This record gives sequence, structure tokens and C-alpha cells, in this order.
Amino acid sequence: MNKLKNRTKLNGSSYLLMITVLLFIVMYAAGMIAFSGKGFAKPQMFLNLFISNAGLLVIAMGQTIVMITAGIDISVGSVTALVCMAVANQMENHGANAYVAVAMALGIGLAFGLVQGFLVAYLDIQPFIVTLAGMFFGRGMTSMISTEMISIKNETFLKWANYKIYLPIGSYSKRGNFLPAYIYPTVVIALIVLVVIIIVMKYTKFGRSVYAIGGNAQSAMMMGLNVRKTKLKAYLLDGFLAGVGGFLFCLNSCSGFVEQAKGLEMDAISSAVIGGTLLSGGVGAPFGTLFGVLIKGTISSLITTQGTLSSWWVRITLSALLCFFIVLQSVFASMKKKK
Amino acid sequence: MRMNKSFDIKRITGMRLFMPIVCLLAVLLINVITTPGFFKISVNNGVLYGYIIDVINRASELVVLAVGMTLVTAASGGQDISVGAVMAVAAAICCQILSGGDVSTNAFQNPFVLAAIVSLLGAALCGAFNGFLVARLNIQPMVATLILFTAGRGIAQLITKGQITYVRVESYKLLGGYIGKCPIPTPIFAAVIVIGIIHFILKKTALGLYIESVGINATASRLVGLNSTMIKFLTYVICGFMAGIAGLIASSRIYSADANNIGLNLEMDAILAVALGGNVLGGGKFSLMGSVIGAYTIQALTTTLYAMNVSADQLPVYKAIVVVVIVTLQSPVFKKAVANLKIKRSTKKLAAEGGNQ
Repeated sequence: MNKLKNRTKLNGSSYLLMITVLLFIVMYAAGMIAFSGKGFAKPQMFLNLFISNAGLLVIAMGQTIVMITAGIDISVGSVTALVCMAVANQMENHGANAYVAVAMALGIGLAFGLVQGFLVAYLDIQPFIVTLAGMFFGRGMTSMISTEMISIKNETFLKWANYKIYLPIGSYSKRGNFLPAYIYPTVVIALIVLVVIIIVMKYTKFGRSVYAIGGNAQSAMMMGLNVRKTKLKAYLLDGFLAGVGGFLFCLNSCSGFVEQAKGLEMDAISSAVIGGTLLSGGVGAPFGTLFGVLIKGTISSLITTQGTLSSWWVRITLSALLCFFIVLQSVFASMKKKK
Repeated sequence: MRMNKSFDIKRITGMRLFMPIVCLLAVLLINVITTPGFFKISVNNGVLYGYIIDVINRASELVVLAVGMTLVTAASGGQDISVGAVMAVAAAICCQILSGGDVSTNAFQNPFVLAAIVSLLGAALCGAFNGFLVARLNIQPMVATLILFTAGRGIAQLITKGQITYVRVESYKLLGGYIGKCPIPTPIFAAVIVIGIIHFILKKTALGLYIESVGINATASRLVGLNSTMIKFLTYVICGFMAGIAGLIASSRIYSADANNIGLNLEMDAILAVALGGNVLGGGKFSLMGSVIGAYTIQALTTTLYAMNVSADQLPVYKAIVVVVIVTLQSPVFKKAVANLKIKRSTKKLAAEGGNQ
């Protein structure tokens, strides 16, 4: 009896996650009903959510980790732009091969993570200020490399970008031919990252320390955890994931330009928040963030499929949704306090 | 005698406005070296002309924003990063009302006063939205304002229907240009008036004191009977209103509402101005004049960088570095390390002196 009671009792964050999953299902179902004529019900449409948001998924993972430490990283959009531009520039104008480009992308991400992590963890500067500076720095550096758009024509790179992995599921065309659904390697990488991060956050010492210092840094320190080191590691991992995500983003767009990925930080933050990560830190799950990303993807594909609405509506809807979830979090927090 | 002198120096360096003024002088000095005619003011076509006038003129929006940002920073210990987007919203509302919904107009379709009031109210409403999230729902200021930071320009685009609205009327250019035969650009007056009014309010009422006390300890302030929530909320409304004024000036300069470019990257400049003004970004005590000096310093720096052939896209790189340096110098950890170093040095000195005796 007692056991059953424990099981049925859900805490605030599980409620939030449940709302998110439900919201995603409802939105997607509504899209399937409203736009069934435009192919919304096909499996490929669902896979497209992953294809177009593979980079965002990886970046949002990093964001989730940082947010669990009660920090934030708003430089990810700029880092993505910088990675794309640096990679494109290196391959097109300096003849580097694609493997060097990968190393470069990861290097840029790690460098951002290291500097920002040091400033936040060891100098106690507000994460927002640090990463805001990082955001402007990244965007500025991007325009220093080139203000023109660079399209990538490197063969190895394009081979990676256009390699289709066919799946056994699919749909039938109007003539009755079987069209297998496909994904790109970016999706595979993003899903691997997702699984690894879920495991790291749940079962490793580092993951548990991140939750501990986010919940209460003071008591975590008293428990003997090295708060500064853990924070630095979290930002380093976040920077690394921003580098990976940036490269996936680049594989998707095959170009680099200054205005690229503008507002991506907002997408990543809202994905994490919608997925149940608390802004105050200590609570959150990479799995929830996945649904946050999917919701963002659904909103943008709904708006593109609809056709007449301007693309600004994606940002506005997402902001409204973020606002709604923040208010929900605040309500749950105050309910918890009253108890 | 010597003791007395060092005491004086300490008193001067200890003054709150010392660092901001030194920064401003340093930037001006660099300017004088790189551009010989920096302080030269000439009269062209009946208006004042010169580098220094240009700096003061162009800094007007930033000064107005910095005033609002200072209050927000002091009360809530966070910054409002939506100010640039709110500027765009205010400009969009104003131009759209003046043009009566058309893309371009050659005559006011509605009175200017109406347009100005509605757009300022709109901006204040944006501020109120931020304020509600921060003060009432206790959300970190930067996350709360991040919502409008990304959505704001989208809203402005929606208001102008995705186009750039032009108001080709001479009298619309007054605010960003010159009034009649007055040789001094109007934005300078606007900035001075705004500073004057806010300074007056802060000095003549207890608002300034309340803001500081809420910023230092919100809970304690509430316990002594201050309405912390209301005061925080109020600072955000003021900040939104200031962004509205800045938006009107910026829009008047280019007699149009360009939702994508009005106030672009200005949030960074405004935060930088507050930090340069010697205000701690964590809230508490503040100095309005420091921020104002900071704003002029930033604009002078921007002009310097332009003169050194740095493009507008690349400016943020340098500013980001400056911000990181300032916050590092301000950070308690760094200060502690420096203090420890000083103690070590003095003990060494004492030890050495002791050895000599």
C-alpha cells in the first residue's frame, strides 16, 4: 500500500516532463490531422524533425548540463556560427581536409568552454555576463574570418553530409512505389550523444556531482565535492558539445555565414526549459530536453507547412511557450515552498 | 607632509567616479593621438561639426539606455538584455502609426504626439512584462529578458509587416537631427533632459535609496517595509520606457523603422557602460553619473575603433574582451587575490626592514 502511494506521487519536475511529452504528442497529432494532405503523417516527416534539429539536439544537451549547475550558456549560437565559418573557410580557402575541419570545430568548442568555464567557476563571475561576452565575441570573430557567405564544396565533407541511411520503414508514393524513409549520419551522431549524456548524467560521479552542486553548491562543497572543478568540467563539456553541434549544423547547411544560427541559444535554452530543466539548477533530464527539441522542430515544421505565416512566428511561438513553462516552474516552486 | 599627500591621492582614487573618468580620459587620449583633429569643432552649414560632437551625439541613445540599465542592475542584480529589441518595437509602433499602416509616407497620417505616446507606452509595456517575470515570478533577469531579446525583433517585424517603414517628413527628423537653427544636435538635449529628470527623481525622492536597499538585500528590505517586488518591477518599467525613448531617437535619425537594425548590439554596450561606470553588476549601490560617463566612453571607443578601420561587425569582439576584463577586475575572487598579494608584499617588506635593524 505504502509502496503504491510512493509510486503514484509525482514531483513537480515529472509533472513538467509529462506536460511536455503530452504537448508534443498533441501538437504532432494536430499537425497530422490538419496537414495530412501535405505529408505531415508520413514517417519521413517525423524523421525530418531529427534531421533538421540534430545540431540543436547536441547543443541543447550541453545547455541542459550547464543549466543543471544553475548556470547558463548563451554563446552557443555564436559558437555554432564561428564553427561553421571556420570550417568552411579552412576547407575552401586553405585547402584543409575534412578531418582537420572536424578537429578544428571541436577545438573551437573546447576553447570557448575552457575560457568561459574558468571565468565562471574560478573567478565567480555571473555565467550570463561571461557567455554574453562570449556570444558577441564569437559573432564578431565570425565576421572577422569573412563577411561573405562561404559554401562548402569539399568532396569528403559533402559525402558525409549527403550520405543517406535508409530505414526499413517508409511510405508509398501516389503511383504505389515504396519510398523508404532515410536519415543522415548527423542524426546517428546526435542520438549517440543523447544516449551517452543520459548515461553520464545518471550513472557517473561527474553527472551526480553536477546535480549536487546545482541543487545547493554550499552543501555539495561540504559533502566534499570540488564545486569549481565540476563547474569547469560542465562548461568544458558544454563547449565540446557546442563544437560537435556546430559541426552537425554545418553538415546540415553546408555553408558558413555571419548571421548563421542566430537565436540558436534561445532554442537550446527553451528546449531545456520546456524539457523540465529548472532555471534555478539542480533539476533536469537530458531525456526531457529531447522532447523540448522535438517540440521546437514541430512548431517550425507546422509553420513552414502552413506556408502563409512568416518565419518570425517560430521564434515568437517558442518564446511564448518558454514563458509559459517558466511560469509553470515558478508555480510548482511556490507550491513546493508552501508544503 | 608626505603622509598628507598620499592620503589625498587615496581619497581621489577612492572616489567612485575615479575609474570611469580615468577610462574616459584614456580613450580620449588615444583618440587625440590617432586622430589629430579630434577636439576640433567647426561650424558647417550653421551646425556644429567635429569628432567630439559626433561622439556626444551618437552616444545619446546609449546614455538613455544606460540610465535604465543602471536602475535595473542596481535593483535586481541582473541586466535587461532586451533593450535593443524594445527599441526596435518602439520605433516600429511609432513609424507605423505615423504612416497610417503604409510602407512609406510623405505626411503624418496621425499626430506625432499620439505616435510617440503610444510607442513609449508599448515600450513601457515590454518593460512591465520583463518586470513581472523578474519581480513577481522571481526568474533570473537575463533569462526573463532573453524572451523579448529574441521575440522582440520578431514582434517589430510583425508590426511593420516585415518591411522598413519610412516616414519622409521633415518634422520627424527633428528628434534625431536639429531643431530650427540650433547648432547642437537634438539627441544631446534629449539625453541631458533624461539624465536630469532621473537624477532629480532619485535625489528628491527616496526611490534611489529604495532601489539600492532592494539590490543589496531584497528580503531584508521587504522586512523593513519596502515593497521589493514593486520597486524591482518599477525599475524594469523605467528601463523599458528609456529603451522606448532611445528607439524614437534612433528611428528619427534614419526617419524609418528598421526592425532588424535599430538598437542592434546596443544591449552589450549598455551593460558595458554600466560596468565601466564602476557599478557592480551584482546589484546594490549604483552611480548614475558613472554609467553616463561609461556610455560616453563606450561611444568614444567605438569611434576610435571605426577610425582604426574596424568594421561594425567586428566591434563586438573588442567590446567583449573589455567586458570580460572589467568583470574580472570587479570579481571578489580577483580582488581577494590582489589583497592577499598586497599583504604578502607588506609582510615581506616588514621582514626585510626588521632584518636591517
